[in-house]
Amino acid sequence: MTQPDPVLEVRDLRTWFYTDHGVARAVDGVSFTVNAGESVGIVGESGCGKSVTALSIMRLLEEPARIAGGSIRFRGRDIVDMTPAEFRTLRGAELAMVFQDPMTSLNPVLRIGSQLNEAMTVHGPSAAVAARRGIALLGSMGITSPERAVTSYPHQFSGGMRQRVVLAMGMSNEPALLLADEPTTALDVTIQAQILDLLQALNRDFGTAIMLISHDLGVIATICTRVIVMYAGEIVEQGPTEAVLAHPRHPYTWALLNARPGLDQERGDRRLITVEGTPPDPIAHPPGCRFAPRCPFRQPVCDEHPTLQAVAPDRLARCWLAGENDAPFVRQPRPPRPAVEEIVTAAEPIMEVRGLVKHFRLRGGFLSKPSVVRAVDGIDLTIQRGEIMGVVGESGCGKSTLGRTLMRLYKPDRGSIKFAGQDIANASAAQIRPLRRRLQMVFQNPYASLNPRMTVESILAEPLRFHGLTAGAAATRARVDELLGLVGLGAAARDRYPHEFSGGQRQRISIARALAVEPDFIVADEPISALDVNIQAQIVNLMMDLRERFGLTYLFIAHDLAVVRHICDRVMVLHLGQVAEIAPADDLFTTPLHPYTRYLISAQPALHGPGAGSGRLKLTGEPASAIDPPSGCRFHTRCPIAQPVCAREAPPMRMLRPKHEVACHFAERLG
Amino acid sequence: MLRFLIARTGALVAMTLLATLVVFLIANTVPGDPVLAQLGDQAASDPVFVAQWRHEYGLDRPLWERYGIFVVGLLHGDLGRSIHSQRPVLDDVAEYGPATLELASVSFILTLAVGIPLGILAAVKRDTWIDHLARIVSLLGVSSPTFWLAFMLLAVFYGYLQAAPGPGRLDPIGLPPPTVTGAYLIDSVLAGDWDTFRDAAAHMVLPSIVLASATIGLITRTTRASMLESIRQDYVRMGRAKGLKESRVIMRHVLPNALVPVVTLGGLAYANLLTGAVLTETVFSWPGLGRYTFLSAAALDFPAIMAITLLVAITYLVVNLITDISYALLDPRVRQ
Repeated sequence: MTQPDPVLEVRDLRTWFYTDHGVARAVDGVSFTVNAGESVGIVGESGCGKSVTALSIMRLLEEPARIAGGSIRFRGRDIVDMTPAEFRTLRGAELAMVFQDPMTSLNPVLRIGSQLNEAMTVHGPSAAVAARRGIALLGSMGITSPERAVTSYPHQFSGGMRQRVVLAMGMSNEPALLLADEPTTALDVTIQAQILDLLQALNRDFGTAIMLISHDLGVIATICTRVIVMYAGEIVEQGPTEAVLAHPRHPYTWALLNARPGLDQERGDRRLITVEGTPPDPIAHPPGCRFAPRCPFRQPVCDEHPTLQAVAPDRLARCWLAGENDAPFVRQPRPPRPAVEEIVTAAEPIMEVRGLVKHFRLRGGFLSKPSVVRAVDGIDLTIQRGEIMGVVGESGCGKSTLGRTLMRLYKPDRGSIKFAGQDIANASAAQIRPLRRRLQMVFQNPYASLNPRMTVESILAEPLRFHGLTAGAAATRARVDELLGLVGLGAAARDRYPHEFSGGQRQRISIARALAVEPDFIVADEPISALDVNIQAQIVNLMMDLRERFGLTYLFIAHDLAVVRHICDRVMVLHLGQVAEIAPADDLFTTPLHPYTRYLISAQPALHGPGAGSGRLKLTGEPASAIDPPSGCRFHTRCPIAQPVCAREAPPMRMLRPKHEVACHFAERLG
Repeated sequence: MLRFLIARTGALVAMTLLATLVVFLIANTVPGDPVLAQLGDQAASDPVFVAQWRHEYGLDRPLWERYGIFVVGLLHGDLGRSIHSQRPVLDDVAEYGPATLELASVSFILTLAVGIPLGILAAVKRDTWIDHLARIVSLLGVSSPTFWLAFMLLAVFYGYLQAAPGPGRLDPIGLPPPTVTGAYLIDSVLAGDWDTFRDAAAHMVLPSIVLASATIGLITRTTRASMLESIRQDYVRMGRAKGLKESRVIMRHVLPNALVPVVTLGGLAYANLLTGAVLTETVFSWPGLGRYTFLSAAALDFPAIMAITLLVAITYLVVNLITDISYALLDPRVRQ
């Protein structure tokens, strides 16, 4: 085997944040190599140092972060010691970077063409050459009518289109190395699949080496041949993606893999494996193995800091237990859990929805007429007491609007909602108020859904007092402590403010707030999307436990299909305000009948290793808009099996399998 | 963009009409009888004379008729006759208006020319001595009372150092340039009279610094805060990642976005400079609208009060229109 030519060599990189509280060692002795044309993934939870590593390589660090030691060699030249002017000739030309959020990566006040072209002209080409190449580039990134795109402004583009523009910028000078920092995290799974395909094509066609940073092993597995796992500023494991995923040699990798339910996994034990605790404070790393305090396999030897050592050909791991054994970590058996059917005792509907419609009128301009967003456009749904009903679909499909309308945070335009036998669709605010105690909601963003000026105690006590559930301060305090205990937070959390908690802890507080009033029905709107994988698993487990204890009913809105399959009893697939398919979770994922469901499932990144994506069902194009939805079947503009009839007639809901309904004229073809 | 302009101009016309109605109603429904304010005790106690006087000024007609006369008059450029100066209000405004407009405009230019660059520097050199200096300058500007600052500057630069000329628009022996716009700086240039230009400019220095002192502070602080907000944005990091020079990143990616809130404040600042010139005009014996407003209000001179109020209202509306257009020029998202 000939030694491949390294394009990037990082040796003992230390990037430290010199804060007022001490030196935070965000990246602490990281060494790795990226070969020409290779695709390498870096995975780890928030704060593990993966983004800081990339920013160090791009020399985009901001105060108080500084490179404290080590070397970064790019094509044999040390870039740490270069002058800023010298490095600028490389930055954007030979090594480029794209960032997470395409909505904010483009300057809103400049035309797309001018932002794209400046990336080229700054490195030499004339404006005319750059303009020509820009149009060609946008075309090759899959942007339709690139001539018009260059004169557009970013706000006229969707997130997926903007990320294509950002990738075009990154690729504009055909760099030898492209750093992509969570490039698909902010996108829908369907768009994510398209962007990952594009990255893979860039890697293949241009020979550009790609360093992909993600918290999602599935994303990395889709396109990277090698994976680096980081924890607490260090590399803990490194090796070929397939081998690492199949047989992790570090308990942290093992935990990451097991915290994530598999999409193709039958649901047996519905508890996910989690590791307790949080990553160590980067100002005071533990002297021994940094993962040891959370490690379920901890040994006395772990008090000593392990080195990154070869554990197999091409494989490194920083663990005393990695050994020669291929599968050193075994999941401990757990007591069996009751299955769903046992929990759903009587088929007693708690929520019955018929013909629900909720439209939003957009304010028109001075001379333009107002348009209508048909967010929820005729939905029928029955949820049994004790059931977990999943709702999936792309952004803008009406998931959140449905949840909020069921909560009666919105007043429906048409249709009926019966909650526990009582019609709430047309109830007045005064009639709804006593029901609020039984209907609760958990929101997506735990950073925005808790009032920063209230202590945890006042957040939890407010609903108790409002509904008169506790008598006296002592009883309220006792109940607050009990609630904190329920969600796995100690009573010490009582007097603290939301900003003192991590995202996962805040989501626990949100759940405690919902539980305070002993509700029957909880709408959880993407409750785990903003969290790290391990924290996601903890919250999922918590929600399952609480359901069992209190017989709760959930409407669980999510875009991660694997999690939905894992925890939901039934799943509803929404497309542009209408139900495409509704079925028991396992049946939906093993036998999807709607082409849209198939498409969603195949777009979900799975841990199959690179190349697995080639067998995916590929759809091109952007979702249609709920402002002016297509005629007939609203999916027909993107549907691979659409016939002329689909554009004319909306398909009726048909039950083709037990409890499995689908709205497609040609569902039998997929069945 | 054209549609945006038409819509905004249409709104301006509607708002102006509304302003005339509000101004008219306020002036005609406030307690206070112009008869008592204008006539002497003896005249005011003679019912025949009072009735005749009321008839002469149309005060005996119904309200709506008076409003009609007022609006028709406005359309013909007739703002009525000032009760206390006994001249057409338009003449008064034409005499005093340009002085105030000139002072406010120079102060405004000074505000932008100092405030924006200082704000940019403070943000880019955050936490360095430049930032601290900018903070002290803004704080002093915002917190020193206008009259105190005016007297201090006059005492030091005019009285003690004799580096600046005294109060007034020109030296006592200077002759105003032939009136074209009424602004001495412009008229003297038009007449090619450079001595008068220098004189007028020198007289402008202290009053404009005094008037602009507070707004400079506001604009500096706002620019700085807004720059710091923009500088953290992803597209700024993206600009650096492209290999752009830091100066280009600042001027092209940070500044245009940071200016949006500054424009809002700038519009308000200009309107404030116009209406807030009273104190400065008094200290510097500046023959502007400020003094005229005070005299009219004291005399319950309704035609003059209405004209000035309307003038201020329209100035605000026009400044708002300019603000909106600048917004649209800066941010394509507003144009839709």
